[in-house]
Amino acid sequence: MSTAQDTSADIAGTRPAAGKSILTVPLVASLATLGLLIVVPLFLKNFVVFQLTMIVIYAIAILSLNILTGASGQVSLGHSAFFAVGAYATGIMMEHANVPYLLAIPIAGVICFVIGFLFGFPALRLKGVYLALATFALAVAAPPLFKLGTFEHWTGGVQGLLVTKPEPPFGLDISQDRYVYYLSLTIALIIYLLSVNLLNSRSGRALMAIRDNEIAASSMGVDLALYKTLAFGISAGFTGIAGALGAITVAYVAPDAYTFNFAIALFLGMVIGGVGWLPGSLAGAAFIVFVPNIAEGISKGLSYAVFGVFIFAVIFLLPNGARQLAYYLYAQIKKLVSRF
Amino acid sequence: MTASLNVRDLRAYYGQVQALHGLNFSLEEGSVTTLLGANGAGKTTTLRAICNMVRTTGTIEFDGKPITHMSTEHIVKLGIAQVPQGRGTFTRMNVEENLQLGAITRGDKAGIASDIERMYALFPVLKQRRTQQAGLLSGGEQQMLAVARALMLRPRVLLLDEPSFGLAPLVVRDVFKVLEQINRDDKVTILVVEQNAQLALELADQAYVIETGEIVQSGPAAEIASNEDIRKSYLGY
Amino acid sequence: MELFTNQVLSGIATGAIYACMALAVVMIYEAIDHLNFAQGEMAMFSTFAAWQFMQWGIPYWGAFVLSVVLSFAAGIAIERALFRPLGHASVLVQIAGFIALFAIINSVAGLIWDFTIKPFPTPFGSTPLLGGVISSHQAGMIAVTILLLGFLYVFFSFTRVGLAMRAAATMPESAKLVGVNVGWMIALGWGLAAAIGAIAGIMIAPVIFLEPNMMGGVLLYGFVGAVLGGLSSPAGAVAGGFIVGVLENLAGTYIPGVGNELKLPIALAMIIAVLVFKPNGLFGRVQVQRV
Repeated sequence: MSTAQDTSADIAGTRPAAGKSILTVPLVASLATLGLLIVVPLFLKNFVVFQLTMIVIYAIAILSLNILTGASGQVSLGHSAFFAVGAYATGIMMEHANVPYLLAIPIAGVICFVIGFLFGFPALRLKGVYLALATFALAVAAPPLFKLGTFEHWTGGVQGLLVTKPEPPFGLDISQDRYVYYLSLTIALIIYLLSVNLLNSRSGRALMAIRDNEIAASSMGVDLALYKTLAFGISAGFTGIAGALGAITVAYVAPDAYTFNFAIALFLGMVIGGVGWLPGSLAGAAFIVFVPNIAEGISKGLSYAVFGVFIFAVIFLLPNGARQLAYYLYAQIKKLVSRF
Repeated sequence: MTASLNVRDLRAYYGQVQALHGLNFSLEEGSVTTLLGANGAGKTTTLRAICNMVRTTGTIEFDGKPITHMSTEHIVKLGIAQVPQGRGTFTRMNVEENLQLGAITRGDKAGIASDIERMYALFPVLKQRRTQQAGLLSGGEQQMLAVARALMLRPRVLLLDEPSFGLAPLVVRDVFKVLEQINRDDKVTILVVEQNAQLALELADQAYVIETGEIVQSGPAAEIASNEDIRKSYLGY
Repeated sequence: MELFTNQVLSGIATGAIYACMALAVVMIYEAIDHLNFAQGEMAMFSTFAAWQFMQWGIPYWGAFVLSVVLSFAAGIAIERALFRPLGHASVLVQIAGFIALFAIINSVAGLIWDFTIKPFPTPFGSTPLLGGVISSHQAGMIAVTILLLGFLYVFFSFTRVGLAMRAAATMPESAKLVGVNVGWMIALGWGLAAAIGAIAGIMIAPVIFLEPNMMGGVLLYGFVGAVLGGLSSPAGAVAGGFIVGVLENLAGTYIPGVGNELKLPIALAMIIAVLVFKPNGLFGRVQVQRV
């Protein structure tokens, strides 16, 4: 009865120390990262801003994978397909129906949510490698479908579709690249906060129960089918939004940009960021954008090999990805703080 | 009588958590010893520690030679067989293949073939199921298969983790009869971990009671069984 | 009707390639309990090695045996050096490792042998059989696949090493408790899979030509064949490979609007449909799950 009061009394009693417990290291780190993401692009060239935009967009897609794999334990090697659907949906709506981009982006997300939700039903029956293969099939099938002559009027076939890059609103005096960057960052932040809340909610705990032990979860009364298909839908929906942002950032939608190689890159980003750890999505995205470039800089002929060696280096040293590094640093900082 | 297996100051750890706090016990050659205790007392961990399947410190000697840091498969090759918790059935293989696997370290083909027949004689139900996928057997049948598989090693020491778990009383009696028989006829030293203390004490010569990773009582099985205090406070019957 | 028969027969001929690869896929699945995405690239490298030996003047069968033996050793070496240290990491991390291995092998092969297409010899000749739907090489390839299957069946069912390998892959803890050296069994599995991959590559190369990217599509079809047949069944995988070949051909012929481009998606869709109704594949054993 008095628990609520006791808790508040506790907080009141420890006021001086409360500053420490509210401003935790993870929170400070998150805010610092966000601050850097906001400030740094102001001083960068447009091309680098463009690259940063792609990182933010890929981070959304990797975050979606994390919701699926990290939370409900389903593996997808096919998220490039949802990304592609989001991109094409946006391109078609904007160019064929003059839908404003701010409306097209959420609609693309909803379309992907529905497709993902529907795909979630057959996926229910499949586990492990079988699901990996089924989703991989999705990734393989998507580009030829978009190239198909039947849909050429809408998709532009092999040529692809040019998309208008949005102008900054209210006569803001920033470049288009910077505007698209801040738009993507804002949406990414919203999706991140939504995801954190989702995973901390009742549904989130149900998802994690599924991941840890399906039989136990179903005997606890978790509606497995509903939660798993929902997880698929939400994951696909967020990926679709990422695809939509990708379309307006590149200002071009082409079928060969969304091959299974892209799906694999997203998967690698998830592993390298740390499976199931949402902030890792950003680190994973940075890895898959920058490291191939670095590898090419080291050796043109062997760039793939160098990329592979980098991956091995990361998984040997940090089998839990960036998450492990972050936790290590956190422990070190705590040690340092406690010394003073 | 000499000690077949001698355990000194055995400690075991799961990550940072210490599960055993310095156990001392020994198995007399050719005897049956039982390790009793409640759930989570460390019985399974003790068996896992003997076969080096958990991080341990201390010494374990087999025939006077230390085996503490040997690999699991090496320890098994020395003649220490284990019927693990959960029975360890090779579910995707058939019954006969499971028995073959029990003898995988042996080289004598003829001996293996005759031992398989012997197992079928000890557990006739296994013979009926010889070509069936082992994962499809009932719990009791899998338990018999696990004991038979362990015996296929022709072990000198047999470690059993709750052989009565989940079995019908009649089946339990069958399994324990076989254990008695192989102890008597083949001179196999047995260590049996049990929650069903009454049953285990009937079979055993020596008993140890373990609580939260420490041995709290020990003595001849008959003495432990007749000591009402011990029975009431530790064994719950 | 004759069109149908011809399409089925030529489907079987292409299916032989997939069956060969599917067999290699199932092999490694038996040995390490998951799929190796780099397997196609390993096979490609082995095939290039055989080609190189022939360029150096070694006769066909000599190069064949040399390549298979070296692949066996390389498979073991890769497991020991790269994947054994990852033994305790999650499956997802290991998949990332497979992808990295894929990139490394593909890139190194491209650097050594470049990306131009090279013809590859066959010991079976290329006489057309059955009115031209199948060549003598394809017939030979089918024969080799079936032979290999027989060999594996005997190996896994009747030899102690085969039994120990299966035990180590499916139930490593229990395997240790009966005295199986699980670490070495897994390494051996890699070696065997690499050797079979080498044979598959050498058989496939005369049909699709030799180049570093030759295996991309083939491996995917191999996976599909293996999964369709049931990953726990080598014979099922071979059958699955043939079925995929035939389905793909029939879809291309009979479903309107399906050109070469859509053959793959349609075949995949059919297979997903099959999997939804038979989650363990057509010939796979039912997985028993206990709490």
